[in-house]
Amino acid sequence: MDDLDRRLINRLQLGLPLVRQPWQVLAAELGCSSVELLDRLHEMLIDGVLTRFGPMFDLDRLGGAFTLAALAVPEPRFEAVAELLGDMPEVAHNYRREHTWNMWFVLACASEQAIGETLSRIERLTGLVPLNLPKEETYHVGLYFPV
Amino acid sequence: MSVCISRSEPELELSSLALRLVELTQAGLPLLEDPWAWLAEQLSLSVESTLDLLKRLQAEGAIRRIAAVPNHYRLGYRHNGMTVWDVADTDMPRLGALLGAQPFVSHCYRRPRRPGWRYNLFAMVHGRSREEIDSYRDHLRYLLGDACAADDMLVSSRILKKTGLRLSPSQG
Repeated sequence: MDDLDRRLINRLQLGLPLVRQPWQVLAAELGCSSVELLDRLHEMLIDGVLTRFGPMFDLDRLGGAFTLAALAVPEPRFEAVAELLGDMPEVAHNYRREHTWNMWFVLACASEQAIGETLSRIERLTGLVPLNLPKEETYHVGLYFPV
Repeated sequence: MSVCISRSEPELELSSLALRLVELTQAGLPLLEDPWAWLAEQLSLSVESTLDLLKRLQAEGAIRRIAAVPNHYRLGYRHNGMTVWDVADTDMPRLGALLGAQPFVSHCYRRPRRPGWRYNLFAMVHGRSREEIDSYRDHLRYLLGDACAADDMLVSSRILKKTGLRLSPSQG
């Protein structure tokens, strides 16, 4: 990864300008050609330094319902419960965190009702009561990892 | 995974265009010299209308931005902590904005208190070492001062599942 790669990563995290010739604008900013930018972007996506390039949607605003939920899973049962959640299409992310509430997952469903039903199903299947913590207000969303 | 968003009912043209846009680009925007011309063709719109649609969705917040998502582990950001804070509900708008404005905070939300869970303000921090995220937590604690009654940081030790949020074209 050279200096131009780093500047490209930093710049592209901030977003492509919505102008008629976005790559030419960015190329002028970074002092290279738009062909070179696209080549480097392609390389970094293939290589896995970048996981995706495209519109970042706020799916909340396009319909659908989401929540963050947690379970306090007894250690001996941890893997089995992780596997159970792993097989559920409603579970988008699941992380182990070092806390009594040791399993934290995001549910994505078509409706609030489906969220409730999914949480009930998890409770029924695991015998564990999920902590349901839907977001009530967003103050900031913006991953930015300067390199 | 799929988020099943029903389109069986009549919808505004904008929202159906937005859903079509999600389907077309959720795997990524093609790396073309003129990406808008490609999108315009897919959406059967003019290039100008396509740009207007994108600008409108961005202004409304349905699109945050058209951007690259780095693999933060590959960039060395291997540590993340979910910091959680118990603050007075009346102070929340000010304090939420304050934590959210810190450059090392990637997500900041108000969430409900529950029996056995007292924290109502969440701020996710990322860093290249455990010491770095510990220092971020200290800084947030300093910023909140007396406004915070209790806090904790839940450090992620393992990704159990990560599929991202997806709309399924088959639901169309």
